[in-house]
Amino acid sequence: MANPKSAYSVSSKKEKSDTHIIVVWVDNEAGVLARVVGLFSGRGYNIESLAVAEVDAKRNISRITIVTTGTPQVIDQIKLQLKKLVPVHKVADFKRNDKGVIFKEMALFKVVGNTNKIKKAINACKKYDAVILDKTKKSNVIQITALRREIDKMAKSLRKFGLVSISRTGAVAMTRGDKVFN
Amino acid sequence: MSKLYSGAEIVFKCLEDQDVEFIFGYPGGAVLPIYDELKNHDTIKHILVRHEQGAGHAAEGYARSSGKPGVVLVTSGPGATNVVTALTDAYMDSVPLVCISGQVPTHLIGTDAFQECDTTGITRPCTKHNWLVKDVKDLSKIIHEAFKVATTGRPGPVLVDIPKDIQFAKVGYSKPKIEKKLNGKSPNHFSQKDIDKLIDLMNHSKKPIFYSGGGVINSGPEASNVLRELVELTGFPITSTLQGLGAYPGDDNQFLGMLGMHGTYEANNAMHDCDLLINIGARFDDRITGKIDEFSPKSKKVHIDIDPSSINKIIKVDLALVGDVKDVLKSINKTLKKKNLDLKKSNKQKIAKWWEQIQKWRTKNSLHFKNSDETIKPQHAVQRLYELTKHKDTFVTTEVGQHQMWAAQHYKFNKPNRWMTSGGLGTMGYGLPAAVGVQIAHPKKLVIDIAGEASVLMTMQEMSTAVQYNLPIKIFILNNQYMGMVRQWQELLHEKNYSESYSEALPDFIKMAEAYGCKGIKADKPDELDEKIKEMVEFDGPVIFDCRVDPNENCFPMIPSGKPHNQMILGPSEKEDNKITGKGKALV
Repeated sequence: MANPKSAYSVSSKKEKSDTHIIVVWVDNEAGVLARVVGLFSGRGYNIESLAVAEVDAKRNISRITIVTTGTPQVIDQIKLQLKKLVPVHKVADFKRNDKGVIFKEMALFKVVGNTNKIKKAINACKKYDAVILDKTKKSNVIQITALRREIDKMAKSLRKFGLVSISRTGAVAMTRGDKVFN
Repeated sequence: MSKLYSGAEIVFKCLEDQDVEFIFGYPGGAVLPIYDELKNHDTIKHILVRHEQGAGHAAEGYARSSGKPGVVLVTSGPGATNVVTALTDAYMDSVPLVCISGQVPTHLIGTDAFQECDTTGITRPCTKHNWLVKDVKDLSKIIHEAFKVATTGRPGPVLVDIPKDIQFAKVGYSKPKIEKKLNGKSPNHFSQKDIDKLIDLMNHSKKPIFYSGGGVINSGPEASNVLRELVELTGFPITSTLQGLGAYPGDDNQFLGMLGMHGTYEANNAMHDCDLLINIGARFDDRITGKIDEFSPKSKKVHIDIDPSSINKIIKVDLALVGDVKDVLKSINKTLKKKNLDLKKSNKQKIAKWWEQIQKWRTKNSLHFKNSDETIKPQHAVQRLYELTKHKDTFVTTEVGQHQMWAAQHYKFNKPNRWMTSGGLGTMGYGLPAAVGVQIAHPKKLVIDIAGEASVLMTMQEMSTAVQYNLPIKIFILNNQYMGMVRQWQELLHEKNYSESYSEALPDFIKMAEAYGCKGIKADKPDELDEKIKEMVEFDGPVIFDCRVDPNENCFPMIPSGKPHNQMILGPSEKEDNKITGKGKALV
């Protein structure tokens, strides 16, 4: 035999992996996040970022947004396995490069330094809807909303302007136009 | 105002409304209020096991042989952790279990209290769903939902964790509304168009094969009847997974035997060479497919399964029919008859050559073994056991290992729900407690655990349960003093380095049987085997049968590592040209 591999442990040819944003509507109950996250870790799927909060207090629904990468087969499995969880109502899946969907992440930057440096930092953030949340003589806390890679870039370029701390959220997503995912 | 009931009473009211007759359990501090209530409910009988794992497997045996959900009752902490193996086993093999566990009082949760553990956390990955009851008002709703989740769709285990204070707390109870349809949700998501497509594929196929699995059993006895009708209507050959045995008669001419790692030569070759593969309620497990890249390379593949996540999980298929096997097959049969497509006649010519080929493979007689006058061959023992019990409606459970495969190969099942084995998880120690559960469900029937001496020692304590409840289970041990399957792999893959697979100090099973208060029988020689088996079958009570077999026998045929279905090792004579080399040793 030319290629003596194990019959029972060989993975077949790898397909290309893509980044997907999976949105899950769940009952807001104890342990529900653990079920969703446990499913990912238990089955070896990866999570790049995660955002979760209640979106409908009356119906007790939370919306979980997960950024993940996987082959088409893995992404299909993620969706199908999620749908099997009892508290899961529906599951949506968007490709990261889907033009019909808005993706946003938020980041808080703390910059410490002289006025000049802080000014430059604020300037650099301007194109990402910068909001100054806190201001002292020596420091500023700046909030921006942008895409993941844009925040990555800003985090890098703000270093020289006295960036000392970063806090950021996972991505959230919403379709453009009047369509609602059902 | 309606009457108030304690949480413990609510538990029993729910079980009564769910028509539960038996609970398999073990008491402890955190479930005492529930145990206290037991005496007031005489329609529910509690079976006291000797270890909570035994309760779980007994409930599995009960469920698999009766089609009803198995109910388990355990205490907090170690009670709950001991049942984890059985829950995982049930999850892998889609067995409906409802496990009720006690928990420390609500105010002590999270304080590392005595016998506290994070039961819902620990069992989350091995149940379909679980609940921690934090308010007694939710209790009845949760228990009824638990039964629904366990028994609908693809069945599986669930767990309800009830803190002790909730068991004491009082609340009203109202009977559940019986939902005729699951909120209008049906598990069926196939259309007539899909059925027509399938029939078209069947019409054009020259080398078709059905590959049926445990889903047929889970779909109920009717599903087996419809399957038989379909196979009869089409004239196609059929093979089955380990879990599917019994759905189609094992001695029928259209049945090719089990497929997979230790499946027959004809079944595996037919899977490899077919042009149409119809999977009915099976899940393309790795022990079935072998090397994925070379799995059935020339076939169109159709998959019938109730669980949408089974489709395309391992093998990409051309046509998927998501639904209850029984309903899908009924639709197929109906359409076949309506279109008056007597496939059997019209296809006879087309698939005649295919059957010729299958007959050729059959002449290999791949289950053949060299019998002996000196020592009992394990295959021979299973064959004799089959011959001497086939006239009865016999239920067989097994442990895990060589004996399990020999039982699957040589014991022929003609009815569903007669064969209980741990397939997915491969739990040694499953068979004995499972036999306890089967015998509870079928008190008058003959129940045999075909066991290995290593496996059976893992849950041997349940003999005590069998004796307590006068359950005449027969533990038929194929005693080869080795962990046989481990020994076989070490022989074939690890240069005969039999590392720790030999049991140095086995108990005297006869004395052990006597110590438990049951009968012990030993057979050493082939010529005494029949007589001893008869003695076992005729004895009215539990028996441990120590069948001393050839310790060096290997289980063939076998698909060796690194090879597809059409390259099997058939037996000692063929072994030489099938040496497993290099990376092939990296078996899972």
